[in-house]
Amino acid sequence: MTGPEGVRAEETGATANSPAVSAAPPPADEQGRVEAAAAATGTRGLSRFRLGELRNLGLIGVLVVLVVVGALTRPAEFLTYDNVVVILTLASVIGVITVGMTFVIIGGGIDLSVGAIVALATVWATTKATQVYGTGGVIFCALAVGVGCGLVNGLIIAYGRIVAFIVTIAMLASARGLAINISGGHTQTLNSDNQALVNLGYKDHFLFGRIPPLVIIFAVVVALGWVVLNRTTYGRRTFAIGGNPEASRLAGLNVRLHTLLLYAVSGLCCGIASIMLIIMTSSGTSANGNLYELDAIAAVIIGGTLLSGGRGTLIGSVLGVLVFTTINDIFTLNNLTTATQQIAKGVIIVIAVLFQRLLAERRAGSGAS
Amino acid sequence: MPEPQLLVMRGIVKEFPGVRALDGVDLEVREGEVHCLLGQNGAGKSTLVKVLSGAHRPDSGDILWRGAETAEPTGPTAALRLGIATIYQELDLVDGLSVAMNIFLGHEQATLGFTRRGEMNRAARALLVRLGHGEISPSTEVGRLSAAARQIVSMARALSYDARLLVMDEPSAALAHDEVKNLFRVIRQLTAAGVAVIYISHRLDEIREIGDRVTVLKDGRTVAVGLPARTTPTDTLVAHMTGRRYEYVFPPRPEADAYENAPEVLRVEDLALPGVFSGLSFSVRAGEIVGLAGLVGAGRSEILETVYGARRPSAGRVILDGRPVRTGSVVAAVRAGMGLAPEERKSQGLLMLDTVAGNVSVASLRRYSRLGWLDRRREIADAEREVGGLDIRPRDPRRPVRTLSGGNQQKALLARWLLKDCRLLLLDEPTRGVDVGARAELYALIRRLADSGVGILLVSSEIPEVLGLADRVLVIRKGRALRDCAATELDEHQVLDLVMEGSDL
Repeated sequence: MTGPEGVRAEETGATANSPAVSAAPPPADEQGRVEAAAAATGTRGLSRFRLGELRNLGLIGVLVVLVVVGALTRPAEFLTYDNVVVILTLASVIGVITVGMTFVIIGGGIDLSVGAIVALATVWATTKATQVYGTGGVIFCALAVGVGCGLVNGLIIAYGRIVAFIVTIAMLASARGLAINISGGHTQTLNSDNQALVNLGYKDHFLFGRIPPLVIIFAVVVALGWVVLNRTTYGRRTFAIGGNPEASRLAGLNVRLHTLLLYAVSGLCCGIASIMLIIMTSSGTSANGNLYELDAIAAVIIGGTLLSGGRGTLIGSVLGVLVFTTINDIFTLNNLTTATQQIAKGVIIVIAVLFQRLLAERRAGSGAS
Repeated sequence: MPEPQLLVMRGIVKEFPGVRALDGVDLEVREGEVHCLLGQNGAGKSTLVKVLSGAHRPDSGDILWRGAETAEPTGPTAALRLGIATIYQELDLVDGLSVAMNIFLGHEQATLGFTRRGEMNRAARALLVRLGHGEISPSTEVGRLSAAARQIVSMARALSYDARLLVMDEPSAALAHDEVKNLFRVIRQLTAAGVAVIYISHRLDEIREIGDRVTVLKDGRTVAVGLPARTTPTDTLVAHMTGRRYEYVFPPRPEADAYENAPEVLRVEDLALPGVFSGLSFSVRAGEIVGLAGLVGAGRSEILETVYGARRPSAGRVILDGRPVRTGSVVAAVRAGMGLAPEERKSQGLLMLDTVAGNVSVASLRRYSRLGWLDRRREIADAEREVGGLDIRPRDPRRPVRTLSGGNQQKALLARWLLKDCRLLLLDEPTRGVDVGARAELYALIRRLADSGVGILLVSSEIPEVLGLADRVLVIRKGRALRDCAATELDEHQVLDLVMEGSDL
């Protein structure tokens, strides 16, 4: 297999370099061609985009398998419009958080406090005092609490130089504590002044009568996130800083400020997710967002993002969320307990990551030959 | 009658891609002697140490250990089992473990996997007492020890393998003056017990004090064997070390007075970094290449990093193009027009996960952004232009940077700062890990950059490189500039004399 490929690569390498080759003196010519040939064999088709795409193909395959399993085990229920709406709606809330988490992890960090921030934001936004200001007040409050918590995280991590793991675990504890404190542990329901928000959860407000607003919010956040990550300087710097913080610093990037902003983005996503939860449940409670951090991190990792930072795709994370939500749905439809679901989740995370490792090693192996 | 030969190496050859690091080294070490290894950076000392410690296997040559031809160290463990222990410059101890655990790391005394703590502590204490350092407690965490004490622990570890030969690579580099005395006392005790020591140092006064015989390496070859350490004149030693052959040529430099009227790009006034250097003043003119020469540990890299804002000075000013730059801030330095190609190319310079284009544009992203939106077409086009201009091969800027050779990676770093239109380039060991063929090309490139009006401040451990490439040279020893003169006024011999003599400052 390596023989013909090697020859072909050498040809392309030589043609691509022909102007340089003819201009350079003979020894340089030789060296340039050898190098080009050696590098071209493995890596020409292996740009970041292509690699991400292939990895995502694997996840899409998993998703297809899951759909088949769902359709076979529950033919009457799984492939119905109602069930698809359920899956997508559930995926939307955790999905928005996963977008923020993808930024943080590619940037070389971790945010364990997302679930607690969601709890605090939903509680704060649904107190009687906040609801007085109407729908706009509720929305603003949820976003402000999210961004505020993210900024606190980021400030302590970037400028206080404490590792993200510790800082966000501390935020996890205190934000949820504060949420319990504010709500007194009670569920706070939206009053009639904020019926507009509640209505968004009902079918007659679906776009074209078919698409739930929550799913649209999710889609918009993913689209924006993708553009920011792949088409802006902010996204490029996120990859740089996550891949090599020291080199980034010595290249003149403001690593601390950027790190601060990464956690603010994660907080913002938590704020948006909180609003979505409030719409879904027309209430806020300190029990919201429990273990969301695990779901989000798991989705990011099986989506192919390096936990050490510097490499990853947003689309992979989104597929990861869809995989998990679909599994949950199939299990629920088949009347399996949440305990079984969690066991399965753990197994799937390990298998997915092992599979990716194998795939990556095989590609690296064939590239080297 | 001389002591019996402990180790004999004959015609050792070790080749790496593009470099012949060892090209026929001979070495003879007798039992109970301190044998000093002398040679400039790149002469092959470190490679030889790695062959001895089993980290590298020689391509050819014979190693006789205690008269037995078969005994080639095939790996680190094998070397230790033979009785060859190496103490590296960066001590390889585990900070979080106790002294005793470190000493017996890898050969713990254990029953069914349970360490016999009491026994190990007793054995460790015995070794430490033997080294004259009974005051170091075996149960102390190694991370809390001083550099000198850590070195003692390393030596105790070597002894725990019943080492007959101890290889010490610049052991005094991390030590204060009185700690060096202590080290020498320990070495004398060991040699009195028949242990041989290979001692590598650049400090001639140390070699004279502790050494018995000296072997000099140059260009991966032994040029002098078994010179008496105390009586051989400095002149003779330096003469053996100098005159290395270089297969590459340096680009011609402009006339000596070419820069007299050129504006100063960089002016450093009374810069100080506590414990490293103080009262440092110098300048770099537009189009001029200024080289910093000195030994490893003399503070050269620290000077570069302080000018660049990566370290915060305690005093002094850095002035670029007539305007003071806020010290201690890389962001300010880069904005003012500085660029650094750091010593550790891979860990400090490159984004190894990224493409060549991504590495070239990372410092200039602002230029390609409109309201944060990245103009990728222009980014790639500009990267392509730089790749072509510096003749980075292969020519495709979309290629992952990790697939490039060392020389081309270094060029990608230079391209980063060219794209940024920087005024002053700081180059820290620009040809480290670059094979001989690519060096001449880099030299020509650096000269071309200078000719375009960029000021260049260069650090290199290889004295001929500094002398050959730079217009002006600052000789640095222990954080002080001893000489500041035109490169043509100095030769290798003089510089070596300046940096090696009188470490008794």
